[in-house]
Amino acid sequence: MSANPSPGFWSVALRKLRRDRAAMTALLVLALIILLTALAPVYAADIARNDPFQSNLSGSIMLHGKSVEILAPADNPLHLGIEPIGPTWQLGPYMFGADDQGRDVAARLLYGGRNTLLISAAAAVICLVLAAITGIIAGYFGGWTDRIISGLLDALWAFPIFLLAISLSVVLIAHGLTIGPITLNADSLALPIMIIGIIYVPYVARPIRGQVISLRESEFILAARSIGAPAWRILALDILPNIITTLIVFAPLVIALNMLTEAALSFLSIGVQPPHASWGTIIQDGESLIYTRPLVAIAPGIAVVITVLALNIFGDGLRDALDPRAKLRVDQ
Amino acid sequence: MKRILARALFAFASASLLAGQAAAAPPQSGGTLRLVVSSAAGTFDPQVNYTVEYAEMFQMMYDGLVAFRKAGGTDGFDIVPDLSTNVPTPTDGGLTYVFHLRPGIKFSNGQTVTLNDVVSSFRRLFKVNSPNAGTWYNVIVGGDACLNKPDTCTLPGIVTDPATNSIIFHLVHPDSEFLDQMAFPFAVILPADTPNHDMGTTYIPGTGAYTVKTYDPNKGLSLIRNPYFKLWSADAQPTGYPDRVEYRFGITPESQVTAVENGQYDWMFDTIPTDRLNEIALKYTKQVHLNPLEAVWYAPFNINIPPFNNLDARLAVEYAVNLQDSVKLYGGNALATPTCQILPPGIPGYVLYCPFTKNPGAKWSAPDWPKAMAYMKASGMAGQHVTIVTQSPSPYAQIGVDLQSTLNKLGFKADVKPISPNIQFTYIQNTNNNVQMSVTTWYQDYPAPSDFLNVLYGCASFNKGSDNSINISGFCDKAVDAQMQAAMLTTLTDPAKADAMWTTIDHQMTDRALAVNLFNPRKADFVSARLHHFVFSGEYQFLPQLASVR
Repeated sequence: MSANPSPGFWSVALRKLRRDRAAMTALLVLALIILLTALAPVYAADIARNDPFQSNLSGSIMLHGKSVEILAPADNPLHLGIEPIGPTWQLGPYMFGADDQGRDVAARLLYGGRNTLLISAAAAVICLVLAAITGIIAGYFGGWTDRIISGLLDALWAFPIFLLAISLSVVLIAHGLTIGPITLNADSLALPIMIIGIIYVPYVARPIRGQVISLRESEFILAARSIGAPAWRILALDILPNIITTLIVFAPLVIALNMLTEAALSFLSIGVQPPHASWGTIIQDGESLIYTRPLVAIAPGIAVVITVLALNIFGDGLRDALDPRAKLRVDQ
Repeated sequence: MKRILARALFAFASASLLAGQAAAAPPQSGGTLRLVVSSAAGTFDPQVNYTVEYAEMFQMMYDGLVAFRKAGGTDGFDIVPDLSTNVPTPTDGGLTYVFHLRPGIKFSNGQTVTLNDVVSSFRRLFKVNSPNAGTWYNVIVGGDACLNKPDTCTLPGIVTDPATNSIIFHLVHPDSEFLDQMAFPFAVILPADTPNHDMGTTYIPGTGAYTVKTYDPNKGLSLIRNPYFKLWSADAQPTGYPDRVEYRFGITPESQVTAVENGQYDWMFDTIPTDRLNEIALKYTKQVHLNPLEAVWYAPFNINIPPFNNLDARLAVEYAVNLQDSVKLYGGNALATPTCQILPPGIPGYVLYCPFTKNPGAKWSAPDWPKAMAYMKASGMAGQHVTIVTQSPSPYAQIGVDLQSTLNKLGFKADVKPISPNIQFTYIQNTNNNVQMSVTTWYQDYPAPSDFLNVLYGCASFNKGSDNSINISGFCDKAVDAQMQAAMLTTLTDPAKADAMWTTIDHQMTDRALAVNLFNPRKADFVSARLHHFVFSGEYQFLPQLASVR
């Protein structure tokens, strides 16, 4: 006689996640976006066949057997204005047209996506790690430690989020950052990663702290304390595993938030710096072409919307899969 | 002679650009002229404000002893009598100017203009720390003492004679541009009881054809006819056609275009966004006016710090930059002409010159990359980091990105720092900020070669550690300074010879590669269908009082 062992928490969660069609579709979309952006160098070299970081204002391409200027004078009686080449809608150079520097918009969109995703994900890791550390320490030790950490988090929280991000960006992007032997140039991607990583820490740390306060009084923690387990052991082996699901649920939501923040800062010229691209900088590039070449601004905007939507739907699925109350609902 | 030739060319260019537009109907008086701009332009004190936006308003609200003629094209550079009955000829070797105050002129508050008002207005220039008090008006005897102790400024160089209603100006040294500076809005005559501080948003009564009804920097400016104004010289202060001028602040340039298209406003101040140019040129061709500007867009090198303290590095950039790229970013050949030299067309002494091009000669044709790479190799500056500081709005930032591409291609490691237009101009001037290269512009105050060569590259304009150091390159050569001083003095006695001297100086300084001169811009003005008789002065640009809206 053999009894089937009851499935573990993670395998149940994975099974539930797989059953969630919306979450799986969102995951597929995200995977596709990541794959496409990873192929940016291949696209630029073999399909667009130009350098998306080099201005090409005086270049031309062969289109339908004719040489076409990439930035040509507008056709009007006064010869006012210059128009970048429009979308060719063919897999090749300038499929989505050129921006105001004569660069291939599709190639920049892929490169920009890489940077946007990298910044959002890296900033999310920084945010979650800092939030976990501060939330756990504040919640577990309580007293003055809690008051000091919570006070700092409250002070950070008191700033309107974009005002804080803009203030940090203006200072750091203008002069770069030097901490001891480490120097970050003004155009380093590490700067927007750091800035965005820091500003959302209170939003994650506070719920973590609340959860740890509640865990601190639970029986298994009291038992561990009573047998003399050191604090670091309790934090690492008892508290952390219990908040890990919360961090995982937060991850896609924080990435989505970071993506919107990155786009906003780059649009304001205080995020990713030229010649690097991100979806935010491409939207900014497209602002001056909104009447003549709207796709330059719309394409990265759509990319942001799709990615953030996918992250949010996937985040919802993840929450449903990892939330014990959701488990109860399913079992009932 | 060359001055006359340059003006003739300017006039011809203006006429050509306007060709094809509808013949202007005879202007009619009355109605309200509605203007629009994105924001107010700072203080409303005419002796402090230094913007075209407000100079266009001040020229119909205030008068100086002399004025620039209120006329279109290069006629707008002529100096004519205004509150003075004469344009004096300097005597005493160029050291003395005698003006005769016109009797019976009243301010908009009803007070009569007196000799005391004239003297106190010039003292006030120093007391309110007028931007050019230390560079223009300190030529008056006592000016330097006034700069040092403004509160006790007496300006003994200005003497009045009530018997002849005259004002005599004594100068420290001859100044060929003294009359230009006297015609500039800083030198307007204000009531003697005007407080000796920047009046901010408070209107100071003037003698012009229009006076302020309301002014709110957050909303707009409303001008009505000055009830005490009686025409004394149509050249200096015409009566004006509109009964009212309403200037609305706070509309974005994109919305300004749409509003003018819809007839909600008659004229927009801001530069037309490049993505709207084709649309208005196609649909509203007759409502667009193109005029040349005496201005240069340029990218100054800081020649005192690496890598551009190296002449070869500067020459490498000069030969590599594609000037046509900047022209495209500004809106195309109808709006800008590539230039290699410092002086713009229309300024006396201007003779086409371009050494930094594939086929050196008069005009720029194409970059010369082999030569650029050779200079780059000789400089040994490959791999050096360069930051280009630009303003954030279009097309400054775009020009910066294009220059960054060129510098990277040459072998520099370049980045672009676009910053707010509110601080960029002072930031790039201050040597403490160690700006290596920047993108900026210079528009003439009045049509004199020294306003470009001496102001932008003279030793007196280079002040280390100051936000007020318009010589952004940090160039200072005593020999060149002496040449410029000699040319300025020669202007008083032999203008043709002086023009030739300026030509030489312009070409010599261009050869020294102190900046990448990019292009000379033209102004595109977009007006409503109901606005007729658009007059564009070389000095003040659009003259609102001469427009007809009925």
